[in-house]
Amino acid sequence: MSLIHEIDFGTPASKAGETVNLIIDGRSVSVPAGTSVMRAAMEAGIQVPKLCATDMLDAFGSCRLCLVEIEGRAGTPASCTTPVAPGMKVTTQNDRLAKLRRGVMELYISDHPLDCLTCAANGDCELQDMAGAVGLREVRYGYEGENHLKQQKDESNPYFTFDASKCIVCSRCVRACEEVQGTFALTIQARGFESKVSPGMAEKFLDSECVSCGACVQACPTATLMEKSVIEIGQPEHSVVTTCAYCGVGCSFKAEMRGEQLVRMVPYKDGQANRGHSCVKGRFAWGYAQHRERILNPMIRESIDQPWREVSWEEAISHTAAEFKRIQAKYGRGSVGGITSSRCTNEETYLVQKLVRAGFGNNNVDTCARVCHSPTGYGLSKTYGTSAGTQNFDSVEQTDVVIVIGANPVAAHPVFASRLKKRLRKGAKLIVIDPRRTEMVKAPHLEAAFHLPLRPGTNAAILNALAHVIITEGLQNETFIRERCDLDAFEHWATFIADKRNSPEAVEAITGVSAEAVRGAARLYATGGNGAIYYGLGVTEHSQGTTTVMAIANLAMLTGNIGRPGVGVNPLRGQNNVQGSCDMGSFPHELPGYRHISDDATRAMFESLWGRPLDSEPGLRIPNMLDAAVDGSFKGIYIQGEDILQSDPDTAHVAAGLAAMECVVVQDLFLNETANYAHVFLPGSTFLEKDGTFTNAERRINRVRKVMTPKNGYADWEITVMLAKALGLEMAYSHPSEIMDEIAHLTPGFAGVSYDFLEKVGSVQWPCNEKAPMGSPIMHVDGFVRGKGNFMITEYVPTDERTGPRFPLLLTTGRILSQYNVGAQTRRTANVVWHDEDVLEIHPHDAEQRGVREGDWVKLESRAGGTTLRAVITDRVAPGVVYTTFHHPLTQANVVTTDYSDWATNCPEYKVTAVQVAPSNGPSEWQEQYREQAERSRRIVKAEAAE
Amino acid sequence: MSHENKLVMMANQIGKFFAPQTNMDAPEMIADHIGKFWDPRMRRQIYAHLDAGGDGMDAPVREAIKRLQERDKAKQTRA
Repeated sequence: MSLIHEIDFGTPASKAGETVNLIIDGRSVSVPAGTSVMRAAMEAGIQVPKLCATDMLDAFGSCRLCLVEIEGRAGTPASCTTPVAPGMKVTTQNDRLAKLRRGVMELYISDHPLDCLTCAANGDCELQDMAGAVGLREVRYGYEGENHLKQQKDESNPYFTFDASKCIVCSRCVRACEEVQGTFALTIQARGFESKVSPGMAEKFLDSECVSCGACVQACPTATLMEKSVIEIGQPEHSVVTTCAYCGVGCSFKAEMRGEQLVRMVPYKDGQANRGHSCVKGRFAWGYAQHRERILNPMIRESIDQPWREVSWEEAISHTAAEFKRIQAKYGRGSVGGITSSRCTNEETYLVQKLVRAGFGNNNVDTCARVCHSPTGYGLSKTYGTSAGTQNFDSVEQTDVVIVIGANPVAAHPVFASRLKKRLRKGAKLIVIDPRRTEMVKAPHLEAAFHLPLRPGTNAAILNALAHVIITEGLQNETFIRERCDLDAFEHWATFIADKRNSPEAVEAITGVSAEAVRGAARLYATGGNGAIYYGLGVTEHSQGTTTVMAIANLAMLTGNIGRPGVGVNPLRGQNNVQGSCDMGSFPHELPGYRHISDDATRAMFESLWGRPLDSEPGLRIPNMLDAAVDGSFKGIYIQGEDILQSDPDTAHVAAGLAAMECVVVQDLFLNETANYAHVFLPGSTFLEKDGTFTNAERRINRVRKVMTPKNGYADWEITVMLAKALGLEMAYSHPSEIMDEIAHLTPGFAGVSYDFLEKVGSVQWPCNEKAPMGSPIMHVDGFVRGKGNFMITEYVPTDERTGPRFPLLLTTGRILSQYNVGAQTRRTANVVWHDEDVLEIHPHDAEQRGVREGDWVKLESRAGGTTLRAVITDRVAPGVVYTTFHHPLTQANVVTTDYSDWATNCPEYKVTAVQVAPSNGPSEWQEQYREQAERSRRIVKAEAAE
Repeated sequence: MSHENKLVMMANQIGKFFAPQTNMDAPEMIADHIGKFWDPRMRRQIYAHLDAGGDGMDAPVREAIKRLQERDKAKQTRA
């Protein structure tokens, strides 16, 4: 193994179709028109020296190292900024150029510390490389002149340092922040010799607008911006390409290693989801894998008020199997179940559902997608015939109008947000539908054409109003509808949607959004060119989540925005493998590939391979399991990689359900909140410690590669195999590739997928089979999967959760950039410097009315329960709306949320809770009690060391 | 909210989606949905509630549950 170095072509690829022929150093070269001379040379294997150029950024032409000669042209133009021309004859190396380049390098080096041997970038420094490439042997100017060698080092950022003494002011970091990340946090301060890279207001990095995506660090050709981990550990010696385990973007990274020690994660330029970019979580927040709180030994206890007792794997597994057998013998086959994790691999998820169906003999298996995107699966399957988004992420580059509804990609899907913002800066128009003024609404160099700040819970109403405008103003795509959609369903729907009750004027009273803005947004989406809709949990986590997904699907069909690049319906999945966990048959009603459990032929196929009869009845969903537990018919659960106590709504009800069970098995990295109610704890492995695949939001199946031995001893899939065996179900796999082979054998959409194939192509988007051997970047190209597109009537039905005198405000919840879901991973990293507690955003008007000042403790109370947290006063939220995150267990935002849920899928209504806010003195009694209970529950009696 | 009332609320929610589908038989769609997604013990509980008078159930839901109950009975008889 060695370090993977992607080729740097110096400037981005041209997408022109026309080809240009030229001669470089006597060699014939053909490249697309618009390609730079530098890139054309590199494509022919001719490396032109460079410092300010890199193919992640537009050409800049400042370093003057890439000068070339072009026959018939005066001077020595920079090859990075000079486009190729037909018949051009270029010379990249001769004595004149060598002399010029050496002169340039002499100037750079005369103001650069000569500490190469002790420099952290030694061995990975482009300045050093170029000094060698140009043959630098002396610096005629000496080192004593005026210089920048005594600059202050900025070490404020927890993950990287900024050492201005080493800066050559190539502007790569500034340009990366602008072009790749789109934050514009950096600038070149002053002019001429005084020029200096700096955060925008000359403040420290940590205090600046920098979002720590790492693009600047990656772009830096010297040690000026350098990962602290490299400074501490040294340069890595080999790298392995793997997939990030945070959000649904599914970024590819090079895990750069020293032996089994991870030195740094560097975004992989050939990663087809992220194209070489990253965010603060994937790039830097991996320290949790080595965190001291990680549990590495299995533990059991008789009851949840006892301390944990460390036991051997054999004892833990046999105890667990015996408990499940006992419970089933006493309470019946349906009294136990399991929860798969969207954080685990496809293979692990597949095995858990297999264990439940074939080992437990029932279908009580569900996944955390239940509480996020289950309405997407149902809504899109009913309208289009498949439970997934329609596009790849590259598609955004061809979009003209974007609707972002119920999503804040800047916080939750940052790498996609950067790609979206790049497209918007190039002229695409944006419509944001969100109760909050999110970072998407207004950012450097972009502003939404329309922000529709609707009242929480009224998504369906506003989407109906958009469709009403399109239909009544005749803006629909008649040809698409006639050719591609079910006309009978369309006629029924069109009559419904054209009714005055769906007009923007009528709906204004429901949503609080002006009819004029709705009409403007509808016209823009229908007539602005390629229209794409991106949405998140602000759509799905409502009592009408499924209805809203259908309304989105209707809008896209109505305008013909389906089946080609630049358009489509794009669910932004919350966790890394939400799509995959759904694909793998984690839901209680369907087998892998979204086939209903009642289908005899499908079931027979699985029964034949698994050698066990399968129950034809749907099982319990997570909320149903908890209800059944409280009722006394559900007594045991195997939870892999999921913290339902913190992440599911109505914490008191979840706790009651868990407390009512006789055997709760938690398999996780840490003693999470659910483990407070567990009887068995099986230590899990991180994504760095196992092989497998994740499937991201664009249906892309990406490899996860093991880079170190599992610290707990086993990968999660191996633990499930051991448990299955103890239950009498043999699972004979020696490697996850064999599990994928079984998935491919049983699942038509995965028929062409194998580890060998992924090794060849990098990644692939399902369906991948005989009909689509190289996968399917865009869905529904020639027709919908279900045949004709199906318009569903999406009547707005108000949620039963209503405001009133006792609870006059509406709470909505979400994520923040630096933290991830329940925070189990990110809270155990330096990311806490940006967000060490959940806070409540409240509008100045509402705060004033309640006598709440910035930073005050406030009590947040709903019909379900109450908690306290600090107030942040901001007009990002509208009057009447408050907002918080759910990353911290001692805040427990879900103590407040209710158990209302989506009509079709039981996805909880996290986004609408009627609440009251009042000043408070500090943590509530409940919080104090919870802290005490959690601490008591985490007591561990260590196993005695073997003789 | 009692579990029984919650099931009634969930069934009515399903009913409120299918009732306005003018090109569909709403009770049939409601029955189909509940049959496909509700675990048998949940279905048994809602049948029991209907047998006890079906308090709080909207009309199309009542009809749907009746049809589903008959179907399940027939299935059990066949088995």
